[in-house]
Amino acid sequence: MSYCSSLHASLFPDKQLHVLQDEDTEENGDTFDMQITVSDPEKVGDGMNAYMAYKVTTKTSLNLFSRNEFSVKRRFSDFLGLHSKLASKYMHIGYIVPPAPEKSIVGMTKVKVGKEDLSSAEFVEKRRSALQRYLTRTVTHPALLKDPDVIQFLENTELPRAVSTQALSGAGILRMVNKAAEAVNKMTIKMNESDAWFEEKQQQFENLDIQLRKLHASVESLVCHRKELSVNTASFAKSAAMLGNSEDHTALSRALSQLAEVEEKIDQLHQEQAYADFYLFSELLGDYVRLIAAVKGVFDQRMKTWSKWQDAQLLLQRKREAETKLQYANKPDKLQQAKDEIKEWETKVQQGERDFEQISKNIRQEVGRFEKQRVKDFKVVIIKYLESLVHTQQQLIKYWEAFLPEAKAIA
Amino acid sequence: CEVHSCISRDSHPRAVNVDLQTDATLQVDISDALSERDKVKFTVHTKSTLPNFKQNEFSVVRQHEEFIWLHDSFVENEDYAGFIIPPAPPRPDFDASREKLQKLGEGEGSMTKEEFTKMKQELEAEYLAIFKKTVAMHEVFLCRVAAHPVLRKDLNFHVFLEYNQDLSVRGKNKKEKLEDFFKNVVKSADGVIVAGVKDVDDFFEHEKTFLLEYHNRVKDASIKSDRMIRSHKSKLHIPFPHLFPHLFPHLFPHLFVRFFLKVSELFEKTRKIEARVAADEDLKLADLLKYYLRESQAAKDLLYRRGRALVDYENANKALDKARAKNKDVLQAETTQQVCCQKFEKISESAKQELIDFKTRRVAAFRKNLVELAELELKHAKGNLQLLQSCLAVLKGDT
Repeated sequence: MSYCSSLHASLFPDKQLHVLQDEDTEENGDTFDMQITVSDPEKVGDGMNAYMAYKVTTKTSLNLFSRNEFSVKRRFSDFLGLHSKLASKYMHIGYIVPPAPEKSIVGMTKVKVGKEDLSSAEFVEKRRSALQRYLTRTVTHPALLKDPDVIQFLENTELPRAVSTQALSGAGILRMVNKAAEAVNKMTIKMNESDAWFEEKQQQFENLDIQLRKLHASVESLVCHRKELSVNTASFAKSAAMLGNSEDHTALSRALSQLAEVEEKIDQLHQEQAYADFYLFSELLGDYVRLIAAVKGVFDQRMKTWSKWQDAQLLLQRKREAETKLQYANKPDKLQQAKDEIKEWETKVQQGERDFEQISKNIRQEVGRFEKQRVKDFKVVIIKYLESLVHTQQQLIKYWEAFLPEAKAIA
Repeated sequence: CEVHSCISRDSHPRAVNVDLQTDATLQVDISDALSERDKVKFTVHTKSTLPNFKQNEFSVVRQHEEFIWLHDSFVENEDYAGFIIPPAPPRPDFDASREKLQKLGEGEGSMTKEEFTKMKQELEAEYLAIFKKTVAMHEVFLCRVAAHPVLRKDLNFHVFLEYNQDLSVRGKNKKEKLEDFFKNVVKSADGVIVAGVKDVDDFFEHEKTFLLEYHNRVKDASIKSDRMIRSHKSKLHIPFPHLFPHLFPHLFPHLFVRFFLKVSELFEKTRKIEARVAADEDLKLADLLKYYLRESQAAKDLLYRRGRALVDYENANKALDKARAKNKDVLQAETTQQVCCQKFEKISESAKQELIDFKTRRVAAFRKNLVELAELELKHAKGNLQLLQSCLAVLKGDT
């Protein structure tokens, strides 16, 4: 555990993915100033009931909060619970609610069972980092930031234990999206898309999804290869040291031992670089694959809203027809009932139209925000990645510069 | 399958630079090479002021089998028993590379023109690198022979250099290969016996211990360095940067394309540098170790021959004592003993010098290659650093 986080810390001294200040001001003109850190994972309890508690620290000057700096302890299911509430509140009006990190039975079991090896440490670190990104994305959303559940999550010492967090984990969202997609496909009335923008965007997101998955797979492959290179470099280093030992020319023997040391250090570099590749790129790409699913979910919600509106219109039509029929039937009670129902459904149709317009408007806004944020996220990560590459090259130069005089000293 | 054309004299680097004093009286190099479907034709070019040759400068075309024939003729020559016979160059092996090129050709339909061209260029570069290496290996062998005070005068060597017809040495047939196999079996059994006999001479005792261990360690280092460099190369084939341009219309609104185009360009350039690093490591490290694996084997073979001669000498001594005791065939036994003694002393004397030279050569070669390796690594790291830093400066300024 300490190896991973200290490695991570040494690579990236500014530990958090900073929430960037938006150059264009938000609607209310405030500049955004908030920093969320998830840290200090701590195992609580024993055996299969054990869980990891994470410290959530908020630093902010916003008036929404009672203090400028405060911390709480939260467990993974708390995060899932928060997401579940936000999704049920906002997805149907078109807000892109950032998905929570994936559940992992295997990963968590290892931790519970107390396996203190590198892979369970890696798992905890991966999760900690993902939780931090999740919260940061959530509070970057201007509406979500103000949501009382979010504020409560960040501030309250005690939080009611979240139940049934099955529904809306990352995988849960995907399931929901798929179900909605199925439902949409089953619709006999094809949506008359008067707005080309939506059709275009949906296609774009479809393509983006495919490309992102490809890139994600590619990066994971890169990480794998770097690890393999690291193993082989370490193996060669040992071999070179042995060769140096058996070499009977003193200066050459020393130079070979030095070479072995250089290769060992380079192996370390490969490992660190693999972590950088992984933590920076792979995780980001994974996040975006899930985010795209959330975006798709929101588009599907719009379809559902439209469909509801259409259904209401159809029903209104039928009620009107029924009323007309009743007018000749001389059943005054039924006629009145029919007239009432018509009023009811007229309201519903109006509501349906309003809902549809509102969700369309929201989605346009959300997509705009999402695209800007996406660019920022990738820029930040790419710059960090390049900086890690710079660091690697600088180290390489250091090592070989130290070795060169040793090689020249062979006489 | 394409036929690759020749390499110009000055363009290929000597893969293993063994420190050889080039002598104006006899200079040999491979000035040209042609790769055909299943064989490589080397143009062996000689410049000499020696009276043995008809002209001062001439060239012939030779194939790999002819180099092997020459090498084997040295090994089988009793007069050369006291020398480290320069190791034979390895057989040119383009099979893997050819297979890859073929697979690429078959898969042409399934990738974009751009991808295909890129992959083709890379595979062709790989092919060319292997080609250059095999030329260098064959050249080094000839140069070692030309630099050796006795071997350079060998008649077979002169025929090899000058005779402009095919030497008609076909590869060994099955029977001959089987004979070789048995010879090697006997040799290794003998090797154990001979190695067990403690040597009176400290120098040789030390050399035996040293060489046995050194050879094994070089072998291990050679295998591990190969593996490491192969990993390095395979990492380069992941289409990570290639995908970037395809992502642009999807990932990033048109306003920010410049940023990501710059990044994509950067990755292309650093990838090229990484490829050079792997290639240089291959030349300076892997090839060096491979060569000294073969040379240390040749040195071991020399010690074995000396050991055999020692055993023969000791047996002859025992036989002489027996003969004297029985007073039967004494003269014959004395002659045999003298012959064995002379043979042993001759081998010992030249072996000592050869082993000392071997050490000198080895140290010089390692020094040169390690220095060059470090200098190249530095050059590439600095190149990479410069690219990264200048790109970063632009990108940060962009925001």
